[in-house]
Amino acid sequence: MATDRIIAVLSGKGGTGKTLVSVNLAACAENATYIDCDTEEPNGHLFLKPTITEQKTIFSEKPVVDQSKCTACGKCVKACAFNALALVGKNLLIFNEVCHSCGLCSAICKQQALVQQQYPIGSVVQGTSKTLQFYSGQMNIGESSAVPIIKELLKKTHEGIVIIDSPPGSGCLVTETIDHADFCLLVAEPTIFGAHNLAMVHELVTLMGKKCAVLLNKTQAGANPSEEYALKHNLKILGSLAYDEHLAQLSSNALLACEEEEQYRQFFSNLLKEVLDASDSHTQR
Amino acid sequence: MIVAVPAEKKSLDSAICVSFGRAPFYCIYDTEKENSTFIENSAANSPGGAGIQAAQNLADQHINAVITFRLGDNAAKVLEAAKIELLQALNLSIADNITNLLEDKLVSLSNVHPGYHNGH
Amino acid sequence: MLQILILSGKGGTGKTTVASSFIKLNQAKAYADCDVDAPNLHLVSGQFPEKQDRDYFGLPKAVIDQDLCNGCNRCYEVCHFDAIVVKDGHYSVNPIACEGCSYCMHVCKANAITMHDEPAGLLHLYTRSDEHFSTATLLMGSGTTGKLVTEVKKQLEGAKETAEVAILDGSPGIGCPVIASLSGVDLALMVAEPSLSGISDLKRVVQSAKQLKVPVAVMVNKHDTNEAICSDIETYCKEEGLPFVGKVPYDTEAVRAINEGKTLIEIESKGSEAMKDAYYKTLQVLKEYKGL
Repeated sequence: MATDRIIAVLSGKGGTGKTLVSVNLAACAENATYIDCDTEEPNGHLFLKPTITEQKTIFSEKPVVDQSKCTACGKCVKACAFNALALVGKNLLIFNEVCHSCGLCSAICKQQALVQQQYPIGSVVQGTSKTLQFYSGQMNIGESSAVPIIKELLKKTHEGIVIIDSPPGSGCLVTETIDHADFCLLVAEPTIFGAHNLAMVHELVTLMGKKCAVLLNKTQAGANPSEEYALKHNLKILGSLAYDEHLAQLSSNALLACEEEEQYRQFFSNLLKEVLDASDSHTQR
Repeated sequence: MIVAVPAEKKSLDSAICVSFGRAPFYCIYDTEKENSTFIENSAANSPGGAGIQAAQNLADQHINAVITFRLGDNAAKVLEAAKIELLQALNLSIADNITNLLEDKLVSLSNVHPGYHNGH
Repeated sequence: MLQILILSGKGGTGKTTVASSFIKLNQAKAYADCDVDAPNLHLVSGQFPEKQDRDYFGLPKAVIDQDLCNGCNRCYEVCHFDAIVVKDGHYSVNPIACEGCSYCMHVCKANAITMHDEPAGLLHLYTRSDEHFSTATLLMGSGTTGKLVTEVKKQLEGAKETAEVAILDGSPGIGCPVIASLSGVDLALMVAEPSLSGISDLKRVVQSAKQLKVPVAVMVNKHDTNEAICSDIETYCKEEGLPFVGKVPYDTEAVRAINEGKTLIEIESKGSEAMKDAYYKTLQVLKEYKGL
């Protein structure tokens, strides 16, 4: 039914069910692609159990100094906006962890004493899970930014439906992730925490000019501040998934609800259709 | 010798600042001339690498020693390359720490911690 | 002032629920919300008579003066962050992508590029008699959360004389905001959830804390959603020598409490007793680590 479409699943708040929704939507689609962009704490692989066919190390560039060419003029130290260089006497010290790999120091050195070298920061894997194409990335512990890994994950164009499992929050990792998305599905839980973070991520998505809709997750009796927010801001609500102990247990054991139970297969298939319809009316591909 | 001490306030009665890189001021004390000056720490507001820049600034000023509670390992690298002695601060005012220094009662710094990526 | 930081690795395990309960039990005079990407602690902290806001400046951003730009394209060629936007021959900087390195400024022969200090967020300090609550909000798309976390923690220094313990509500993940919040804390309390995702994420955040030499304690929230995995977490803690301070059951009443702006211990919750136990054990572990 649908052709190329990139759907990002996000939430602002952590633990609302991004991965639950992403993996089940991806599993219900035919010949789709799933990309896990939560590179600090990736979890999609636990549910989809892919067969990995390719692994690639992701590098960042860091400067290395050739002491024989360095005249200790200090230009690179002054130019570095991140204080990643220090000069003590004739000794140039380089601090990789605060370096942002901008390349300015190497460019500014008149002696060409600074050379950019590859430095591993994480990895990406590619594989398959039944008919699904699977991509995931992981940042090495201790690194500060996963942006280059996310960039690598989203480099390729894929045919068909692409489901992107986004990182939590609304900071730079999220903006990097949703930059190429056609549509954003916002997963919200029924607490004021959830509503507050839904508002933040809604603001971000709007700022970036992305169309979006909401899925209410873990709903239970009583007021739902996230639902109230969505209604108040004319945000389309594509569905509502009730809190259910059995579903929680299935997910805690990383089982795909849509494969374990018919009611969930129906729910996620319908949700997928709703998402594609909602994104259809907004894209001009 | 010339000693630098990260300071909360511009006063010898001030407490030593817990953060080396982001201390608002440094007290620069000359043990021979027995006088002190206070300089502002330009690194305090850096988005990142504050310890490195603060250490660079002190190295440029030809300091001989630093009295501090703790130090990140990046800043420590710069200070050690500049052959600046690292001394463990006591939980007393700057003035009292200097008194202890003059009586040879301060020990080497043991509290060097791994760096943190302060500001991406 | 001793600092307890509450982390989880995985989002949604209950950091803020635990933090707010501990704050109430401790009658804490100093606490902070370090989750600047998605701050929530203020929603369950009651009303404060005093609030001070100030701008937080992160990295400067490049700005291109259209009158001086001659379209030579050099800035576009050198930018490593895809921050130069070219549309119909018109050059501008995307402030969300710009990292403030100033490479473009250095190569611009027309002197059309300058670096501007832009506020990246707002710092908030709430006070209520001798209570200090520090938090912040980051402007959309801004990335300098590490420095902002440090500024949030610094705002609590005013409470140093009166507060014995400061409780810091952390953020999910293991990236720069978590690393910045871990710096200088006396104990990192990991709130885990009993799921395969939860245990996987717990291990990564524990490793991050160990790298920064911060002592760790662990508790499990919503433990009855999967007792088998809860037990796996307890085994993991034993194997790694991490103090296990307790487990709190899942309670749908927690949703109601939160939505009424209350902490778990202020309502009739089956989790209240378990939360109190976890709190006392955490303090005990903290004292043991500090040799008090």
